[in-house]
Amino acid sequence: MTAFLQLLFQGVALGCIYALVALGFTVVYRASKVINFAQGSLLLVGAYLVSFLATDLNLPFVAAVVGAIALLATGGAVFQMTVLRRMLGQPVFVLVMITIGLSIVIDSSIPAIFGGNARILGDPWGASAVHVGGVTLNWVRIWTVVCTGLILALYFAFDRFSRYGLAMRATAADEEAALAVGVPVRRVYALTWAIAGGVAAVGGLFLAGFPSSVNPSLGDVALRAFPAIILGGLDSPPGAVVGGITIGIVEVMSSGYAPGWLGNDFSSVAPYVVMILVLLSRPYGLFGTRPVERV
Amino acid sequence: MSQEEEVRPVTRGPSVGAVTGAQQTPAHAPVSSALLEVDELRVTYGGAVLALDGVSFSVPEGGTVALLGANGAGKTTALRAVTGLLRFHGGQVTAGSIRFAGRSIARADAATLVGSGIGQVLEGRRVFADLTVAENLRVGAFAGRARRREREIRQELLELFPILAERADQPAGLLSGGQQQVLAIARALMAQPRLLLLDEPSLGLAPRVVAEIGQALRTINERGCALLLVEQSTALAMRATEHAYLLETGRIRTHASTAEMLSDERVRASYLGAPAVLGHPEEVTR
Repeated sequence: MTAFLQLLFQGVALGCIYALVALGFTVVYRASKVINFAQGSLLLVGAYLVSFLATDLNLPFVAAVVGAIALLATGGAVFQMTVLRRMLGQPVFVLVMITIGLSIVIDSSIPAIFGGNARILGDPWGASAVHVGGVTLNWVRIWTVVCTGLILALYFAFDRFSRYGLAMRATAADEEAALAVGVPVRRVYALTWAIAGGVAAVGGLFLAGFPSSVNPSLGDVALRAFPAIILGGLDSPPGAVVGGITIGIVEVMSSGYAPGWLGNDFSSVAPYVVMILVLLSRPYGLFGTRPVERV
Repeated sequence: MSQEEEVRPVTRGPSVGAVTGAQQTPAHAPVSSALLEVDELRVTYGGAVLALDGVSFSVPEGGTVALLGANGAGKTTALRAVTGLLRFHGGQVTAGSIRFAGRSIARADAATLVGSGIGQVLEGRRVFADLTVAENLRVGAFAGRARRREREIRQELLELFPILAERADQPAGLLSGGQQQVLAIARALMAQPRLLLLDEPSLGLAPRVVAEIGQALRTINERGCALLLVEQSTALAMRATEHAYLLETGRIRTHASTAEMLSDERVRASYLGAPAVLGHPEEVTR
């Protein structure tokens, strides 16, 4: 039982990171139908930014985190406004290719600037933990869960109640109709990229926490979060959360319980197995939009 | 309660509308400066296909104008040119001018134009199906010229279209076709347009519903909002507009008062598919 709870906690913490990755994906995809292949690379930038601000510039950790979020959110919006905006009227496919290009640029620039070695994050937690009845709760994982919960609550409140949240939903539903009634659609797109950047900074920082470190392979998390996005439904932020946490738990549980004959690394396959099983019965994912219209 | 009754607009209520914002414009604008003036407009799609070839028309302040013509004549393209949506469809104005309230708007972007007083209702209603009726109206107020008065404007619209108040919390996708059309019109009015452009608002609606939409448009016009109506069928144009232009493959063929135009048998038969020559009207117009 202790082992189960331990794995459950680790699974939820890992799932929170996946949920943040998936949220960044779906926010952009829902509004503009662009699959952002650079989301994992944005996480990588986030981790390095926090590390740079906290260790090289010696900023207090909280300031480093806030600064990284602000910088990456700005960076996302600027990228959208300067690069993607020029592609107005081009097929979505072109934009998707540009995001692949962006991810290549980032993935190769980071080692060029910071070197290929692992860096320390500069976080105050390290490997410290509390022990509750035999279950080890690492502080970094506790904060992962807390901060993810906070960010998700903020995002959903924004989406549901704010003017620009409404504008995002209207743009997602029908871009041309939104333009036609006066929604500044281009500003909405810039906003979705800012959100993608902001959540990537948080995801990246926790991804680099103990037992990992700040290193150039962090961006690979996007591949591992992929089943979470598909599972939840590409265009559903709540689906991103449910999918992310589910996949996190599946991955950690299968690493703890999978029998030996499945091989050593079955835990990295298990999320895809779950994804395929779900898609067999729900082709649009758990929460994805299946168009329902009254004609 | 039948659908026809549900969408019927209530014509009583405040006569000078907060809805249309007409009071913000001079009551006696000189005749020479129409509210919307399109002059010798040429539009191409993809740099190759010529959609409009020297089209001129105008809508006077508070006036009602119909743009008639068969499928493919260029009616929707003309609207897109005015509202800044051409680029969205890969189209481009290559010559001519568009002036709204005296200012050139040929290069303005869509959202800005809504803010400066041009409202539009796209073909096929295009309500946000997953958003509630109330949320659809809120989106309409996004670029409004009088956002501070959003509540007041909405109240007035809900009095004009009571069905929207009844259905306020339902997803717009669950409304009937006629109700969705009413919602699309109300959503556009949330921005307090001085000119409302409507693309085929009668498409797919029963004749009685069309009559009621016509009544609503007249009420909106009485409150000071000019109308530019694009139609393939003639019933709504007859009800709601005074003047009409006939478009034929990218050019203005003729213009006259709507009644005159629609009483011309040749016009009806050749361009509008009215039942003069060929069998059933439905088959011909579609």
